[in-house]
Amino acid sequence: MKINYNRELCQGHNRCYMLAPEIFDVDDEGYAVLKIEGEIPAELHDKAQLCVDNCPEYAIEIAE
Amino acid sequence: MDAKKAPVEDWTTDFDHTHPDYAANAHQIWDDLREECPIAHSDRFGGMWMPTRHEDIAAIAANKDGLYTSRGVVVSEVRPDIPAPIGYAPPITSDPPFHAPARKLLLGPFAPRKVQALEPFTREYCHSLVDAALETSNEQGWFDAAIGYSQNIPVKVIAQMLGLPAEDGPVFRRFIHNIIENPVQREIPEEETVEWYFDQQIAKRKANPKPPGEGDLIDHLLNVEVFGEALAPEHVRGTVVLLLVAGIDTTWSSIGSAIWHLALHPNDLARFRDDPEVRPFAVEEFLRAYAPVTMARMVAEDHELQGCPMKKDDWLLLPFPAGNRDPEAFEDADKFVIDRQKNRHGAFGLGIHRCLGSNLARMELSVALDVFVDRIRDFSLVDPANVRFSTGQIRGPRELPVSVKTNV
Repeated sequence: MKINYNRELCQGHNRCYMLAPEIFDVDDEGYAVLKIEGEIPAELHDKAQLCVDNCPEYAIEIAE
Repeated sequence: MDAKKAPVEDWTTDFDHTHPDYAANAHQIWDDLREECPIAHSDRFGGMWMPTRHEDIAAIAANKDGLYTSRGVVVSEVRPDIPAPIGYAPPITSDPPFHAPARKLLLGPFAPRKVQALEPFTREYCHSLVDAALETSNEQGWFDAAIGYSQNIPVKVIAQMLGLPAEDGPVFRRFIHNIIENPVQREIPEEETVEWYFDQQIAKRKANPKPPGEGDLIDHLLNVEVFGEALAPEHVRGTVVLLLVAGIDTTWSSIGSAIWHLALHPNDLARFRDDPEVRPFAVEEFLRAYAPVTMARMVAEDHELQGCPMKKDDWLLLPFPAGNRDPEAFEDADKFVIDRQKNRHGAFGLGIHRCLGSNLARMELSVALDVFVDRIRDFSLVDPANVRFSTGQIRGPRELPVSVKTNV
């Protein structure tokens, strides 16, 4: 499992960062920064799905 | 209320978000409109529209074709006369291309880590409010969780950020009432206007300038530039008014609605109290189910939207709370699901105008509920049938008498 994160769509809601700080950080302006560009470890798959399901701007997708 | 509102005969053609019937029945009205007439119209306030489907609200907020302007964001009888793209209170009233640089100035101070630093201060203040509330409760058998608790928290925190005396809270609330809760034309002595108040505050800081990176948020705005130039005095004042006004009624309403819900739903209260892991989800569900803010736009050019003739300068309400309850967008949209896992709510708006203070508001809501429920472990409403919700674009309980069953 990998994550596609579209910075252009991100409006800084910070939902992903709150749900999964292991996967997303935030920059100084509050926009999300994807920490794991490659394969998401199995133990974080549920959290990755939560990030997708709670992004109001549809900026996060799972790429199998 | 300043004047009695004409009764609404038909919500599809004559809706009025400032009518007490709207405040009392908003959820039902939105659900009915979504089914019958997903973009409602009204001649009131010189002509306004209100979509209720999440998809339509999101598309208008995204404003891909520039058909809408943020020049006016609070519906009133008079169209704001300060032109786009700057508007009266940047960046909320700004359009591209001015919007992004004006917003960028403020993103830093409201980013998560900056906001996190205010948490201990907020928590300590919430405890002091509970201390006082319990004292009141011991004396009279109840206290008001809206006026005696929720209302004070955002005032205290934003006053701290802006470097304003927290004792001026009642003054701020008057400004808010005049600007958003009851936006009618009225004559106000100059010295009671929000403009006058902040001109004094700004002059005081200009007389004693701080180096960049020091001082409060007003000092910050006096030190930064947009497009290579210091901000115009009207820009500084407009932004400061925005920061004060936008964060108080909204957050107060949100905290109040959450306490109202918990008081009415003992199972949710028990779950919230006893399961720390559910709290972050519960907070987002409070935001979804009881989103306080309906934002407004104006139509920038004539066009047709799903058969509706949108005319330049028509108002357009964006009821994010209605979108949050759209069954097309949310499973069990009408139910409060305390651990909702899939929750793309738009409580803080969608698109480029996403609430700048959302991290602050969320922190205040979380801390306020933590402290309230950890201290006042079991509580109920004194008179559940008579809780009055506010009219206008900010929705929340304005009085919330609560009786304490157990506390620590």
